[in-house]
Amino acid sequence: MVAVEDYVARVEETCGEEKDFIVIFKYDKKDEAVAKILQRAKREKSISALIFELTFKDISFRLYSTGKAIFRNLREKSELRRVLAELLL
Amino acid sequence: MFDPHKIREDFPILKRKVNNHPLIYFDNAATSQKPRQVIEAERDFYEKHNANVHRAVHTLSQEASQLYEDAHEEVAKFINANGMDEVIFVRGTTEAINLVAYGWGLHNLGKNDEVVLSLMEHHSNIVPWEILSKIKGFDITYVEVNDDGTLDYEDFESKISRKTRIVCLSHVSNVTGIVNDVKRIVKVAHEHGALALFDGAQSVPHLPVNVKELGVDFLAFSGHKMLGPTGIGCLYGRRDVLEKTEPFEGGGEMIREVSFDPKKRRCRISWNELPWKFEAGTPNIAGGVGLMAAVRYLKRLGMENVKAHECMMTGYAMKRLKECGNVEVYGPKDPSVKCGIVPFGVEGLSSHDVALFLDSYGIMVRSGYHCAQPLHQMLELSSSARASFYLYNTTEEIDRFVDVLKEIEKI
Repeated sequence: MVAVEDYVARVEETCGEEKDFIVIFKYDKKDEAVAKILQRAKREKSISALIFELTFKDISFRLYSTGKAIFRNLREKSELRRVLAELLL
Repeated sequence: MFDPHKIREDFPILKRKVNNHPLIYFDNAATSQKPRQVIEAERDFYEKHNANVHRAVHTLSQEASQLYEDAHEEVAKFINANGMDEVIFVRGTTEAINLVAYGWGLHNLGKNDEVVLSLMEHHSNIVPWEILSKIKGFDITYVEVNDDGTLDYEDFESKISRKTRIVCLSHVSNVTGIVNDVKRIVKVAHEHGALALFDGAQSVPHLPVNVKELGVDFLAFSGHKMLGPTGIGCLYGRRDVLEKTEPFEGGGEMIREVSFDPKKRRCRISWNELPWKFEAGTPNIAGGVGLMAAVRYLKRLGMENVKAHECMMTGYAMKRLKECGNVEVYGPKDPSVKCGIVPFGVEGLSSHDVALFLDSYGIMVRSGYHCAQPLHQMLELSSSARASFYLYNTTEEIDRFVDVLKEIEKI
């Protein structure tokens, strides 16, 4: 059974007012993760196929082809996990 | 001649690529990269001399002890301490400050006393005092910072009083790179009968630091920010002050004698001599040896040269960043009052967005609060990105950094 943890290496939760979640995908799974996310989320903007401004169910986030993503305005880690599950699984 | 291009050849990591781009490492305020001389010194220790120190009479232990003591001597000379008895090896700046808080503060601070800190401090120079204040009941007074992030000296002078027992400030801010006037602060502190502790994490690696000339009572700094290994740092303490300071941790090595009194059924303990009184348990011997190699490397380059290079780099970066319409540099605009650190923000983007964007191009910068949340509050910043330079960085790297930042406008 595939799980979010199969794709995600680490989640950095920033402190302070700017409560961002930075998701770092596993090196050997990052291309697959990026491809899946690009398929499922709506692309608002992209720069040189390197950085993608995306939205998914009213959640805006930025995806980097280097295998990282930054999610804003999420209150809880559990909410992030739910979004990631929908994007990746 | 100081040539960063030649210096770079000593740093194996600078040859690697990140995200298919040549690595540009601008996160030196967090930790520095290591030259092969440091890496080899640690390896050489483990391959040829590894043993515990001050424990045995055999040859390896004698060699290890000699190297470890030489490391203390080398650091003492580097900061112009009177000798190795004034140099305690610890894990880093944080442990050094905690040592002062719990070794000196716990036994000397009480309800009618006051500790003076500033709003530009790293959390490591705030949290230990706040914790201890709850235990001992002393007051903490925070010195204000001006709008450009510089220390408000008038406020400092108005806040210090006969109640003040210790003043604990940064030598160099880890957010803005501002160099504080240590001599001025020490003079005022001593006039009021207070001790002066300085956080030298961002100064000792980047400037010539002479503890006798500055007059500080304590100076805390980390090895890993000055080309040395992680897990090793120093607390300098004036000998007479250290003699009145109690050990922070107990265990082997830090004692002269532990004798059991059969009548009282208790042990009587006497402390070892300085600096070992403060180094309980098996120390980070290889780390000390690595730090010695780092100090020798810095001495060979000359700290005046290191300072001049970083000043030039800071000025160059600030000048070039003006070309980016959407970039704002925080803190003072005069690079001569700063030391190798440029905090900045990009309009409409969080600092983490900026750092991730730069990372895509192989450029490493720090984002967030840099463990200095109160200063960000004072400067009304939700966070900041920070480029910090060291002796191996070049103006060509700054050119690349600025070019990539110009790309960010497309977001």
